[in-house]
Amino acid sequence: MGQITLENVTKSFGETQVIPPLDLDIQDGEFTVFVGPSGCGKSTLLRLIAGLEDITSGTIRIDGTDATDIPPAKRGLAMVFQSYALYPHMSVRKNIAFPMRMAGIDAAEQERRIEQAAAALNLTDYLDRRPGQLSGGQRQRVAIGRAIVREPAAFLFDEPLSNLDAALRVGMRLEISELHKRLATTMIYVTHDQVEAMTMADKIVVLRAGHIEQVGSPLELYRNPRNTFVAGFIGSPKMNLIEGEEAARNDAHTLGIRPEHIDVSATEGAWHGKVGVAEHLGSDTFFHVHETGLAETITVRAPGEVNFRHGDTIYMTPRSEQLHRFGADGLRIG
Amino acid sequence: MARAVTNQRKAINTAAAWIIGLLIFFPILWTILTSFKSEAQAIADPPIFLFFDWTTENYSTVMERSNYARFLWNSIFIAGGSTILGLIIAVPAAWSMAFVPSRRTKDILLWMLSTKMLPAVGVLYPIYLLFIQFGLLDNVYGLTFVLMLINLPIIVWMLYTYFREIPGEILEAARMDGAGLREEIFFVLTPMALPGIASTLLLNFILAWNEAFWTLNLTAAKAAPLTAFIASYSSPEGLFYAKLSAASTMAIAPILILGWFSQKQLVRGLTFGAVK
Repeated sequence: MGQITLENVTKSFGETQVIPPLDLDIQDGEFTVFVGPSGCGKSTLLRLIAGLEDITSGTIRIDGTDATDIPPAKRGLAMVFQSYALYPHMSVRKNIAFPMRMAGIDAAEQERRIEQAAAALNLTDYLDRRPGQLSGGQRQRVAIGRAIVREPAAFLFDEPLSNLDAALRVGMRLEISELHKRLATTMIYVTHDQVEAMTMADKIVVLRAGHIEQVGSPLELYRNPRNTFVAGFIGSPKMNLIEGEEAARNDAHTLGIRPEHIDVSATEGAWHGKVGVAEHLGSDTFFHVHETGLAETITVRAPGEVNFRHGDTIYMTPRSEQLHRFGADGLRIG
Repeated sequence: MARAVTNQRKAINTAAAWIIGLLIFFPILWTILTSFKSEAQAIADPPIFLFFDWTTENYSTVMERSNYARFLWNSIFIAGGSTILGLIIAVPAAWSMAFVPSRRTKDILLWMLSTKMLPAVGVLYPIYLLFIQFGLLDNVYGLTFVLMLINLPIIVWMLYTYFREIPGEILEAARMDGAGLREEIFFVLTPMALPGIASTLLLNFILAWNEAFWTLNLTAAKAAPLTAFIASYSSPEGLFYAKLSAASTMAIAPILILGWFSQKQLVRGLTFGAVK
């Protein structure tokens, strides 16, 4: 079981309040991602749940029990750190065994779980090495192995993939997702990377300055962002946000349209502008269009075979059913 | 890119290093040589370097006249005792300053270091009087305690530096893995800081071994360590250079041997943290 509830939780460092009163419910077995720009309080929130930081006020419940004053060691949670935080003086085997040793699990059971975790994480051949002799990806797998063997109520991941190179990151992302499917244990995952959030999460929590901006499934957030911040943060490339005349014509203060919801043409369309940079990804091409009279840059996603050169005039037509309208307060209208 | 070092340059550097090394080592070499001369040859002018009648007479005289073993034992007791005592106090102190710093931590560290800037003689009177009061004069326990206090700032500073090098996340990981404070210090922090702790121990032992001001002022016969043993050959007997040299050689030999065998550890300790 791993249901985690935050009620009215706040955190201040000295005079500075980094987490204003906050409520959050994480269901058992759910993969929840905290996402937001750096300094939004997502890591702090995770550390509050872990118990590594004390909350200033409020209550944290784990499976219905008040865990607010329970030390991290006793909360039954496992954490994977960005820096891996392996014990450098211990072999991989001893690293993985450490939490079980602390829990006083008998040696035979320890050995069974180590073998099982090592097999699942492709670490069997490395059990007698030290962390220093492993690659970044292997180290992160050891950190995950150390978390698994405890059979925790929930896993906490603090930007676990940030130190890995891009190719490895995609692989590890899949591995963690598969691990979640297999174990069906609650996972809370902190990242600043909205792609990780979109691809892995059952539920995304978008944070800004300690506030929860929106909670929802990836597609809910993609389709119905609650405000301009979420609209701009979720989705890649970012949603185009247009203010002024064009927005007013649509009875909005800000008009949002995603790059993939604009059709392009060389001859006719609702909007037009000059092509600046074209990013060819093969399957798709992103055009950054200037001089549109709408916003400084409008980003458009077109199929890979569409070809405009720098300086070409491009015509664009937004799909009207995909337009997002926001009021002057930034909140979604309708 | 690495800077190119020509062979010629390398040779010059090597020669310079040897010359500087020998210059630094020369007084010790001279002391050792002198200890094998007769008193007359020891003060001969011009000085005789190598071609004299080698004799071990000074050593036998020194051994006869004083109880070397007792001085040696006192040195070991005082240096070892003050080091272990200091470590017991400094490990928790450095731990708390490194991992649970308060707003005043930096000030405390600086204040501790500032006590080393005070000339020792400045507090000789108060300490001497306290020693009389508590009956600690010429007592190994009293001396051990004072030397521990004298070197404590250095031990705390060194350990603090080593502990600071240990990423806090690893200790947090231990906490998440179910380790209490005791397990955290015992299974994670100490093994990781072991090289640092070892070199701190070693350096402090050497400092305590060589400490002369307090050992000379607070001891007479019973508690006197090897530094007092050397001093006893300088003034009361007139200046007998050869015997003084023999006594000095006997006093520094143990620590020189210890330093020789642990030089790797010492160098690593002193440069620890310079580069990651």
